[in-house]
Amino acid sequence: METIKLTIDNKEIDVPKGTTIYKAAKELGIDIPTLCYMDLHDMNIENKPAGCRICVAEVSGRRNLAPTCSTNCEQGMVVKTHTPRVLNARRTVMEFILSDHPKDCLICAKSGNCELQAMAHRLGIREIPGAEYAEVSTYREDTSPSIIRDLDKCIMCRRCEMMCNEVQTVGALSAVNRGFMATVAPAFEQNLEHSTCTYCGQCVAVCPTGALTEVNHVPSVLRALVDPSKTVVVQTAPAVRVALGEEFGLEPGTIVTGKMTAALRALGFDYVFDTDFAADLTIMEEGTEFLERLTRYLKGDKNARIPILTSCCPGWVNFFEHYFPDLKDVPSTAKSPQQMFGAIAKTYFADKIGVNRKDMVVVSIMPCLAKKYECQRDEFSVDGNPDVDFSISTRELANFIKQANIDISNLHDEEFDSPLGESTGAGVIFGATGGVIEAACRTAYELYTGKKLQRLDFTELRGMEGVRSATIDFDGLPLNIGIAHGLGNARKLLNDVRSGKSQFHAIEVMACPGGCIGGGGQPLLHGNSEILKARATAIYEEDRKKPLRKSHENPFIIKLYEEFLGKPNSEKAHHLLHTHYFNKQSKVIIKQ
Amino acid sequence: MSKIKSFSDLKKKREELKRSTEAGISAVEPGAPVQVKVAMATCGIASGARNVMEFFLEQLERRNVAAVVSQTGCMGYCYAEPTIEVRLPGQEPVVFGFVDLKRADQIIEKYIKTGELVDGIIPVNYETIDLMNKED
Amino acid sequence: MSKYNRHLLVCGGTGCHASESDSIVCNLRDELEAKDLADSVQVIITGCFGFCGKGPIVKVMPDNTFYVEVKPDDAKEIIEEHIIKGRKVTRLLYKDPLSNQPIPDSAAISQFRKQLRIVLRNCGFINPENIDEYIAREGYQALGKVLTEMTPEEVIKEVKDSGQRGRGGAGFSTGLKWELARRNQSDEKYVVCNADEGDPGAFMDRSVLEGDPHSVLEAMAICGFSIGASNGLIYIRAEYPLAIERLKIAINQAREYGLLGSDILGTGFNFDIKLRYGAGAFVCGEETALIHSMEGLRGEPTVKPPFPAEAGYRGKPTNVNNVETFAAIPAIILKGAKWFSSIGTEKSKGTKVFALAGKINNVGLIEVPMGTTLREVIFEIGGGIRNGKKFKGIQTGGPSGGCLSDKHLDTPIDFDNLLAAGSIMGSGAMIVLDEDDCMVSMAKFFLEFTVEESCGKCAPCRIGNKRLHELLGQICEGKGSLEDLDRLRNMSIVIKDTALCGLGQTSPNPVLSMLDNYYDEYVAHVTDKKCPAGQCRSLMEYVINAENCVGCTACARVCPVNAISGERKEVHLINPAICIKCGACMEKCKFDAIFIR
Repeated sequence: METIKLTIDNKEIDVPKGTTIYKAAKELGIDIPTLCYMDLHDMNIENKPAGCRICVAEVSGRRNLAPTCSTNCEQGMVVKTHTPRVLNARRTVMEFILSDHPKDCLICAKSGNCELQAMAHRLGIREIPGAEYAEVSTYREDTSPSIIRDLDKCIMCRRCEMMCNEVQTVGALSAVNRGFMATVAPAFEQNLEHSTCTYCGQCVAVCPTGALTEVNHVPSVLRALVDPSKTVVVQTAPAVRVALGEEFGLEPGTIVTGKMTAALRALGFDYVFDTDFAADLTIMEEGTEFLERLTRYLKGDKNARIPILTSCCPGWVNFFEHYFPDLKDVPSTAKSPQQMFGAIAKTYFADKIGVNRKDMVVVSIMPCLAKKYECQRDEFSVDGNPDVDFSISTRELANFIKQANIDISNLHDEEFDSPLGESTGAGVIFGATGGVIEAACRTAYELYTGKKLQRLDFTELRGMEGVRSATIDFDGLPLNIGIAHGLGNARKLLNDVRSGKSQFHAIEVMACPGGCIGGGGQPLLHGNSEILKARATAIYEEDRKKPLRKSHENPFIIKLYEEFLGKPNSEKAHHLLHTHYFNKQSKVIIKQ
Repeated sequence: MSKIKSFSDLKKKREELKRSTEAGISAVEPGAPVQVKVAMATCGIASGARNVMEFFLEQLERRNVAAVVSQTGCMGYCYAEPTIEVRLPGQEPVVFGFVDLKRADQIIEKYIKTGELVDGIIPVNYETIDLMNKED
Repeated sequence: MSKYNRHLLVCGGTGCHASESDSIVCNLRDELEAKDLADSVQVIITGCFGFCGKGPIVKVMPDNTFYVEVKPDDAKEIIEEHIIKGRKVTRLLYKDPLSNQPIPDSAAISQFRKQLRIVLRNCGFINPENIDEYIAREGYQALGKVLTEMTPEEVIKEVKDSGQRGRGGAGFSTGLKWELARRNQSDEKYVVCNADEGDPGAFMDRSVLEGDPHSVLEAMAICGFSIGASNGLIYIRAEYPLAIERLKIAINQAREYGLLGSDILGTGFNFDIKLRYGAGAFVCGEETALIHSMEGLRGEPTVKPPFPAEAGYRGKPTNVNNVETFAAIPAIILKGAKWFSSIGTEKSKGTKVFALAGKINNVGLIEVPMGTTLREVIFEIGGGIRNGKKFKGIQTGGPSGGCLSDKHLDTPIDFDNLLAAGSIMGSGAMIVLDEDDCMVSMAKFFLEFTVEESCGKCAPCRIGNKRLHELLGQICEGKGSLEDLDRLRNMSIVIKDTALCGLGQTSPNPVLSMLDNYYDEYVAHVTDKKCPAGQCRSLMEYVINAENCVGCTACARVCPVNAISGERKEVHLINPAICIKCGACMEKCKFDAIFIR
């Protein structure tokens, strides 16, 4: 590997050929300000359109200023990052950007968490010359079930476009119009609802300003909480408890399960339950379904569909309904844990406490924005009453807790309520990529072979690579497992299934890079993928600490079947806990 | 049109074409037909050069004048469009500008038939290189 | 058969016309009548000779005598001495400026070498829809020579030695560009011709494509041979339907003759060309945006390096050149680098095609050797300023260029001189401005174009140009201040310094050059709130001339805002604070008593 020697701000450094000036400067401890640039290096995701021109610096021999995020180092280069010329240019460009931005900071959803605001502060901008007559580019606001697009605030960083097209390969967003009115939107500037958007929310997760935010359901939840006629039940997803603390200044990867439960009770929820319980339930249903299909398949039944695909991720479900509707019979028919929980809560549990389902409000705390969309899907309600009423994200919950003057770090740990709050370690690991299929393996192995598992940690299924595979020995039967996170990676595996080339028996797909811990509703990464790794580590640690780590050993799950459902895949279980899928291909414009 | 199979074939074809009056390039011998070239680039066409061209095609035949009328590209006199170039056999070509149908008629009757010049001549104010000549 | 044995051609161009060429014609005809020669000697009025500095001109045919600075009284002497006695009037002959010798035969006058057509060598001579005419004029000889007698390295050396620099605007050495493309190894390479020609007022490329399309096809094949490419692409703007049509015909005819396709001229060299169409975006004239447009992506430029020679179309080495650059290549190959580099200046060789437009008499296409001065272009070839107005400036390079004033008139045109003067060569559009053009409005006009055409990717161009445009608008409305002039300068410098591509890097040029060359006019707009050229309506005042006003009250009655006061039969007064400058009063006044200042 060729090495380049260059000088930045009078400091010398050697770097491998192909390193950008920005990265070389970082190694020297020089933090060049950037705006559109984003590097999630562990996920191999880098966005550098070089459009904001904030990261510019003087480079010897070059007539104009160079964008350091996308200019490679060259031998003998001399770079100066803060001469008066550079500072003047940076400030003037920033003034331009701010001149075309709404001055809504006081009421903007991103205030305090906005990269543009932080940069304006860092550069000390105190006035916008010409603001009195400056035209501002405005667009129609678009509210979808999960995501709100307020493009007046877009700074054309192109991160959302990059995520949607290159990482997720959904293609709902791209740059449209030319010049001053250029923005990033679905084709023909139509609303997201009419595009192929899966609501995975990765665009929201990377947007530096308030242009892309989530629909805020906290006011609806608050209204339910203060309504004396309503019994408000809350369920929390596994990925929330390892990230919520970040919003309160705790280290990434701090597990705050107990504090979160305490905070929810303090907010006024009548029952604080755990989605992980429903995750265990999902394993029971999906695992049984899988084994049934596998058994028939191994016997040579041509109608038995193998591989089976997990179906707990609504972004992923949306994706294959749009792009692979011909494979509609391949995913498991099991609902997601959120929806299973809602179905059980409003029947089994509502009966237990003698409450009419119309008077029960089920709220979910999710790392995910697609869950907002999922809970309002028509098939997930009974006579117009949804199984899950509202889904709020980790960010919304944090904000809610702060609004209620609750200091989470000072709370004492509390336990979940029963009977829908007990979960095994298998339920917890749903939050990380590879977790669902590992949980499934723990149960499927024992159910299929009749033997006890010696090793519970299937580490070969863990990791951050986008597409992974492993073969698990089911007592002589080699089971091929495929795992993908990020929809672009999922597409690769699905193409193989479609062409018949796929060797897998079971495939787990998570729409978000990293799995649910990287969901669109989680505390923002601001480009730091170390946080994702810390969250994943925390998930597996929580699993290890649990006394029960296999879904089929959850006593409350066993009781649920005994008292109510009968057995997995029973008629009642099918009716409440299984679903079917739709062909949404007409929304995809296919080029022949 | 058959393929030209080699460089020497190309050179041969060039020699043939130079001599041919159909190609409309050289009309130096007396007795050769009159050559009329009408500038038909977008500016010419926009000013009505198509009508002028049709007029010449029709009228020269009707008035029994042996002539070859063809279209050509921009001659550069955009302020004077439509422009045409008329070459009488054995003479230097003359460029006429502001050619409307009336002037076209005059050009046929006076210049082409009798050699009498008509108003509106555009003096050629440029030199064109000759690729055959290695020096300028 | 002509009854006339002699012709007297009198220049009727505006310059000469103003100097009484009409009277000269009359006098000549009278003399001929008097001497009974009217039947054998014809007097004819022609268009402009392009010799306006020495007008009025009289040319005697067929002996090619060229008389300059002729006066109406000279008519008698010309007829008596030259026509009757056969003795040329020596004192009226054009004198060679170096030797001071009179030149009897105009064919020898170097004045006519002011324009030298290399790129346009076939335009106006051949039918562009007939490949035979192109071949008869040495067409495809250069390609034949290259394929059979030269190696790719030799071709590249010839082009490099010629000193030709790109004619699209950037002026990069053509030979060096080809060499860089050759150096990058790849199984596939591309030759791309940039025929997007987006500069407003530019039609040089269009004229070449409409008048001599084969010159471009031949040059692209030569380029393909030298860099190792067998694929050619012409990216042409959809607004040129005639050029597209003629290119298609030319490509088909070349294919039929085997001059494009496989095994060209039996040498084993394959090269074919396809057309790609633009869709109305000026920014797609930038080479990376052009390439992305051809790839089916959004037409946005991307950061260079990597340059197209390294990774261009579909990531392969690609050479992009302008139409005009290509059109000269066959001539360079046939006549040699030495010949080409003998024309022009030290660092800018050859000729350049310009499209002369604006307030000039001879609007049109010209091709001049580099080094020709602006004065020669405007006042000689261009025939001077229309309607006898005063020259104010010339905008070169379109919206990416600067406006040069009379202190630059003797600048020899070449890449570096124009850059040093605060402008750029650009693609060749030259717009001439006169005393009635307001330099603040002109800058605003050019910014309007670049604001519309900016792709929107980078902040300085997307937003900065818009702000420049707004500020210029404020100044035109009299709402600017002296600080605003400093702001204009700072914004322009920063936009130039930070924009991602050539569009943004050059869009502030009109502003900066106007500030440099016409600063006083800008100051007048902001401090005196006046527009010296009389263009900016908001800064004009409607005034009633007391001498002419009879107090008829017609103006007061028609004023929509009641800004005019006065008693019947007494001089009226317009209140400038209320006046909205609609002009209705001036239209109504029958006594010519209202004027604008």
